[in-house]
Amino acid sequence: MLIAWLIVLPLGWATLAWIAGPRRGAALAFGGVLVQTLLALALAREVAAHGPVAHAVGGWGAPLGIDLRADGLSALLIVLTQVVTLPLVLYTHAWLDAQDRDGAILWPLLGLLLAALHALFLSTDLFNLYVTLELLGLAAVALVASGGERAQLAAALRYLLASLVASGCYLLGVAIVYGVHGTVSLAALSAVLPAQPGTPTLLAGALMLIGLMIKTALFPFHAWLPAAHGSAAAPVSALLSALVVKASFYVILRLRLTVYTSWAEQLDWLPALLGGGAIVYGSWQALRAERLKMLIAYSTVAQLGYLFLLFPLLAVGEVALLAGALQILAHALAKAAMFAAAGIALLATGRDSVAGLASLAGALPLTWFAFGLAGMSLMGLPPSGGFLAKWLLIDAAIMREQWLMIVLVVASGLLAAAYVFRILSRAFRDAEHERAVALRRVPRSMEWVAFALAAASVLVGIEAGAIAELLGAGGVR
Amino acid sequence: MSSGLFYAILGCALFALGLAATLLLREALRRVLAFNVMGSGGFLVFVGLAQRDGVVDPVPQAMVLTGIVVAVAATALALALLRRLEQTDAHEP
Repeated sequence: MLIAWLIVLPLGWATLAWIAGPRRGAALAFGGVLVQTLLALALAREVAAHGPVAHAVGGWGAPLGIDLRADGLSALLIVLTQVVTLPLVLYTHAWLDAQDRDGAILWPLLGLLLAALHALFLSTDLFNLYVTLELLGLAAVALVASGGERAQLAAALRYLLASLVASGCYLLGVAIVYGVHGTVSLAALSAVLPAQPGTPTLLAGALMLIGLMIKTALFPFHAWLPAAHGSAAAPVSALLSALVVKASFYVILRLRLTVYTSWAEQLDWLPALLGGGAIVYGSWQALRAERLKMLIAYSTVAQLGYLFLLFPLLAVGEVALLAGALQILAHALAKAAMFAAAGIALLATGRDSVAGLASLAGALPLTWFAFGLAGMSLMGLPPSGGFLAKWLLIDAAIMREQWLMIVLVVASGLLAAAYVFRILSRAFRDAEHERAVALRRVPRSMEWVAFALAAASVLVGIEAGAIAELLGAGGVR
Repeated sequence: MSSGLFYAILGCALFALGLAATLLLREALRRVLAFNVMGSGGFLVFVGLAQRDGVVDPVPQAMVLTGIVVAVAATALALALLRRLEQTDAHEP
């Protein structure tokens, strides 16, 4: 029952926010996300104590109805969603206020996005995953376009077409799986699939994987991401980079852990190889980017690459999965903090460029402290969540004797350091020209949000014990 | 060859055509239309493959109906974005 409310509640307040208008929309969103946070924490406690929680929607179980199920991984990601969203609601409110914009459309879209995310994390069959992926994609595209600027509209259209091609591929895969096995339930499929499935099932797997890789913006399918995440409004970019791309990655991971288990092992090197390419290419582009938000968006391309290094290491067991979960959490929080900081810089200086950051650190110390903390997590400095994720990844790679991967993880930490310091050095430079730059006043609350998100990304590393416990108790496999 | 398999093969051909056009065409409106052809191909495979020995399976039909609703919504959003883009371009030459 509890888990159904996680989907109904955001849908409910989204509708109310649509009717009530912008002023009350912000209050509704805040109240809604607050209650969701309590629900998510209750769910996590329940899963940690008693194992996975299931619910048959409307009393109709599978195959006719829709089953929802929360295990350790889903509960963790639902909690993460609230931890990222709650501060961002406050941020968005202050951000809209500072610009005298009403942003009426943002609140209902945020509710739809959250409902889609929760439904996705709780899905137990391939088709429901398709529907939730589509809902998520539509809400995300609308959020990108909500600013109404030309660049945003063009990026949103490009994002939409990429997302539609991706879900088309995924759906064709689902159609073939249903045609061959007569079911789309993950549990039923993992029971009926033979150790060596036939060509159609393999083809279906490949189609679904390609679709999901496009949605996760894995190199070389990343072309839509920098434009969409770089041009969207700052709070929207934060949500997209932190949560939306993680959702399709979650689907890949879920399929790999339940349906595509033993026989996918020979193919695990492919996503890992592309992940390696993503790290190198994304970091390189981040080093060259001239716009601040573009730099952060390319950093997302690079950081998503890490997640795909995980697949050849899954055979090691819990360690690899924990590394993946920590990377998802640490990156989500750090990237939300970075986009929040970028939004503050943009608001203060009125332009989105790395060069324009000169001397900003003196004017907005808290923002740049937050940016530095988040950067610490991306680079993988202890005790941040990013550090622990990379440490465990290297640990698992040593167990599997994947030496090249260790070199890649270490080298990419250095690359991340290079692009983070590119921004920080710019912000701390030219202190003597400080008065020459006319800065707009930025609400203090926005700075605190950026700081809270960055601090949370460091806390992930310190609270890793509780996270491992939740993952383990949930029995992800 | 059963009729179900025939539909599935036809669906695959439509899907491939639509996919190629969505990726290769430049004009956005044509790409939106091509996506619809691609989606219809996928739906045809879904319904076609699930027919076994002439017996119709209702479950994929319900799923395809949901898929059509999603595709209509996506098309509407794409068209709305396109219109807004054109209006913006008309105001700012």
